[in-house]
Amino acid sequence: MAQAVPADRKLWSGGKSPFNVEYGKLMMWYFLMSDAFTFGAFLISYGTIRFSSNSWPDPNEVFRAFPVVGNMPIPLAFVSLMTFILIMSSVTMVLAVGAGHANDRKKVLFYMALTILGGIAFLSCQAWEWTHMHEEGAWWGRNPFMNIDGSQSSTNFTNFFFTITGFHGFHVFSGVVINIIMFIMTYRGVFERRGHYLMIEKAGLYWHFVDLVWVFVFTCFYLF
Amino acid sequence: MENTHTTTAEHGGEHSFDTKAIWRTFRVLLYITLFELVLAIGYYEITAFQTHTFKHILNGVFIILTLAKAFFIVAEFMHLGHELKNLIMTIAVPALLFLWFLGAFLWDGNSYKNLRNNYDRNHLEQSQQKVEKTEHGAHEAKKPGSLE
Repeated sequence: MAQAVPADRKLWSGGKSPFNVEYGKLMMWYFLMSDAFTFGAFLISYGTIRFSSNSWPDPNEVFRAFPVVGNMPIPLAFVSLMTFILIMSSVTMVLAVGAGHANDRKKVLFYMALTILGGIAFLSCQAWEWTHMHEEGAWWGRNPFMNIDGSQSSTNFTNFFFTITGFHGFHVFSGVVINIIMFIMTYRGVFERRGHYLMIEKAGLYWHFVDLVWVFVFTCFYLF
Repeated sequence: MENTHTTTAEHGGEHSFDTKAIWRTFRVLLYITLFELVLAIGYYEITAFQTHTFKHILNGVFIILTLAKAFFIVAEFMHLGHELKNLIMTIAVPALLFLWFLGAFLWDGNSYKNLRNNYDRNHLEQSQQKVEKTEHGAHEAKKPGSLE
């Protein structure tokens, strides 16, 4: 099949796009694909190390703190709140995309603002959680939590926790920055002049991906 | 090759946006997450459930529910379910590599653990030694029958 094509001849001479999506959107999908494998590699290496360990700390013991209230009678309460915030901001993002389809600039601005707020709220929650765990003595290379069977734990748990939630948090942060840029561009009427809000859709894809990754991080670190 | 030409009408420029479907997806995600929490907390609180077998079943349930959530996010929020089949396939088929990726590496980790426990008895004894409760875990005595 490998045929030499003269430089002046295009392989595809235009017409209907085979996937019927815009170029940038398709490339965003493929970027997210590769990003998914990066996160997958992180989470699977976490799984490999955990499978090779005789014991592991109990997430219900580690993640039981809540701001103001202190140690909750219900473990995992705080991280559930974080999950809720992220899913909620995904919903407002879809609503912003929907408003973009209707070319409704005001509504796009409104929903993008809500999405940005959701992202900032999530990052604040994560900052609190990190601070709290750091105060308890947990950090890269330091693990104050014992294994569930009462034996001495290694630092694998905290190393993976901070690396993977940190990498995810960095994605949330860049997502918020992208959303802020989209907000400013919408505000200045760039998309209105362009006649479509496809950029909002592409930013939206990235934002949903961040939510998607969180679903897996949540299961791997807090539920298993 | 044929299906590259069948792309037109319904997928054209403007999709009608269904706000109701978005909220329905949101509710599904919320309920699944709440259900997962009930299971996790139930397992933690009810000591009778804290056995190896039960934990394995529970983890299986978590995996299925997580994949269900991922499906809803990708299909509805990211709108992939409404794209052309060819596009769906270029995303979904490479993702199948994860099956090998996950299987091979977890198997490797498990095998390493078993080999090490067999041939390095010192490591096994060390890893079974109990330590004094640290300050953090002090508020609760070790749960009987908990998973090792």
